[in-house]
Amino acid sequence: MLILHCPYCGVDADETELSPGGEAHLTRHGPGSDDTDFESYLFMRENPKGPQFERWRHAMGCGKWFHAARHTVTMQVFGTYPAQTQRPPQEILDRISAAQPGWRWRDLGDEGQRA
Amino acid sequence: MGHRAAPVMSQISLNMPLRRIYSDAPGRTTGRTEGTPMKRYSAFAIAREAFRHHTGWTRAWRSPAPKSRYDVVIVGAGGHGLATAYWLGKNHGITNVAVLEKGWLGGGNTGRNTTIIRSNYLQDPSAALYEKSRSLFETMSQDLNYNVMFSPRGVLMLAQTEHEKRGYLRTAHANALQGIDTRFIGPKEVKEICPIMNTEGPRYPVLGGLWQKRAGTARHDAVAWGYARACSDMGMDIIEQCEVTGVTRDGGKVTGVDTTRGRIATDKMGIVVAGHSGRLAEMAGFRLPIESVPLQALVSEPIKPCMDIVVMANTVHGYLSQSDKGEMVIGGGTDAYNAYTQRGSFHHIEETVRSLIEIFPMISRLKMLRQWGGIVDMTGDRSPILSKTPVDGIFINCGWGTGGFKATPGSGFAFAELMATGKSPLTDAFSLDRFREGRFIDESVAAGVAH
Ligand SMILES: Cc1cc2nc3c(=O)[nH]c(=O)nc-3n(C[C@H](O)[C@H](O)[C@H](O)COP(=O)(O)OP(=O)(O)OC[C@H]3O[C@@H](n4cnc5c(N)ncnc54)[C@H](O)[C@@H]3O)c2cc1C
Ligand SMILES: [Zn+2]
Repeated sequence: MLILHCPYCGVDADETELSPGGEAHLTRHGPGSDDTDFESYLFMRENPKGPQFERWRHAMGCGKWFHAARHTVTMQVFGTYPAQTQRPPQEILDRISAAQPGWRWRDLGDEGQRA
Repeated sequence: MGHRAAPVMSQISLNMPLRRIYSDAPGRTTGRTEGTPMKRYSAFAIAREAFRHHTGWTRAWRSPAPKSRYDVVIVGAGGHGLATAYWLGKNHGITNVAVLEKGWLGGGNTGRNTTIIRSNYLQDPSAALYEKSRSLFETMSQDLNYNVMFSPRGVLMLAQTEHEKRGYLRTAHANALQGIDTRFIGPKEVKEICPIMNTEGPRYPVLGGLWQKRAGTARHDAVAWGYARACSDMGMDIIEQCEVTGVTRDGGKVTGVDTTRGRIATDKMGIVVAGHSGRLAEMAGFRLPIESVPLQALVSEPIKPCMDIVVMANTVHGYLSQSDKGEMVIGGGTDAYNAYTQRGSFHHIEETVRSLIEIFPMISRLKMLRQWGGIVDMTGDRSPILSKTPVDGIFINCGWGTGGFKATPGSGFAFAELMATGKSPLTDAFSLDRFREGRFIDESVAAGVAH
């Protein structure tokens, strides 16, 4: 059973208390945008076999959206963080690097940090 | 119980000319270069082997070392990959083919599904593809000389809300125009067809159901094994324990694959890896509109025959059938977040079983024997992708999600045509660019979540 810490109300919430909201940190491309951007925003996904950044809502709790970093194979949770950010906190990125050196997710990852 | 699976023997031997039954020679010799010829299975072969203590059976497929080059490389020896190889040989004369599998043949979703076969989908392109497939199941045991235990026992999709009923009525009309034999039946007929069902509530009374009589089930492993045997017999190499780890390209064109058993050159490649499609696409340098999530199933202890049809209850996310061994086979909904764990969340099992007990009170005291999961590849419109890709020479067959077992033979038939000729009327609508162009083939209504 997946347990995520809600960064708002501080509850360690069981997954039945949460609703998943899919891949995080997508750039929203609205009407009038390029076809490729729009397709990418609506449909294209990283779908990684490894560390992933995603959105969750504490649906049966405080009702707020937050972010989580989770490994899709080991189910290790590297941390949760508030929704009001474009980028995961550095300490979470470091934790992922410790667990899986050389990881990549979009422009994030060990190599991304070096560049 | 008038329409159970045909007995094993009759499926093996029916429609087979005596000349072929007596002969030990392979049915086809196309492209075959090495190894002992495939022996045909028949009632006479069983009798003959019984007299010599079953010492004469040969391996169903060879286990060759990879060659350095193939005309076509198929990645993934699930049902769809093997069916693709089979039809490449059978319909297009392409037999210099390798099927590469990282684990064991049929060990992905092909060997993990609840084997429901039906074709009463809503949209025209889906109905065409799934009905082609269903019809190929009708003769598959004879065509492959391998008993796949196709059992057209009938599939009933329950309508348990007014919206669902309206949706199925619409599908029934669409199916009538498509020439798919299916109809909407009322609660009384539902009760007649499936007496163990409680049609009167409490939460979701049965308002009727969409009934396809020639739909049913088949033995999933046998489908993979039958195709593997036929492919091997055509001279194709099925290479297990061979994981593709990279794709080599020259400009925009594929030149081969890196594998755990060395580099293999090819200029035509088919990616048929279900939940791992995103990984292969990443190796080849493009992205997919796909997310991979676990889907679970479970089976009960075996009991006496109590139900000779398949029932799907999409509103409550549960489906049920009884296997030939007597186990109740239960499938449920997917996890709602990505994972590659092949087990899934426990609360989904609770939800599925809880709602199925409302519909089938008699299963409430059954012990469950085992539970497992597979990683299914979900697209936004719940329809598959059979398509060319941004890389020249690479084709992809994926996105079958929770419902691709039923499509195995038809998918292979159509995808082989696409790979061999560059075009197939059955795959046209399922191309990758439909997401960009907004040409969705929306099956999320007709199919609920799981199908
Ligand atoms: C629990 C469950 C129940 C289901 N119930 C039904 C049902 O009732 N009816 C229905 O129609 N469908 C059902 N499905 C869906 C169905 O199982 C799939 O859509 C279908 O089997 C997919 O077949 P495939 O050949 O494409 O994939 P798979 O059988 O998964 O084959 C893909 C293969 O690719 C291999 N592979 C992956 N990566 C690599 C690599 N890098 N190199 C080499 N090989 C690789 C894998 O090991 C695997 O063997 C269900 C699925 C599940 C999980
Ligand atoms: Zn909260």
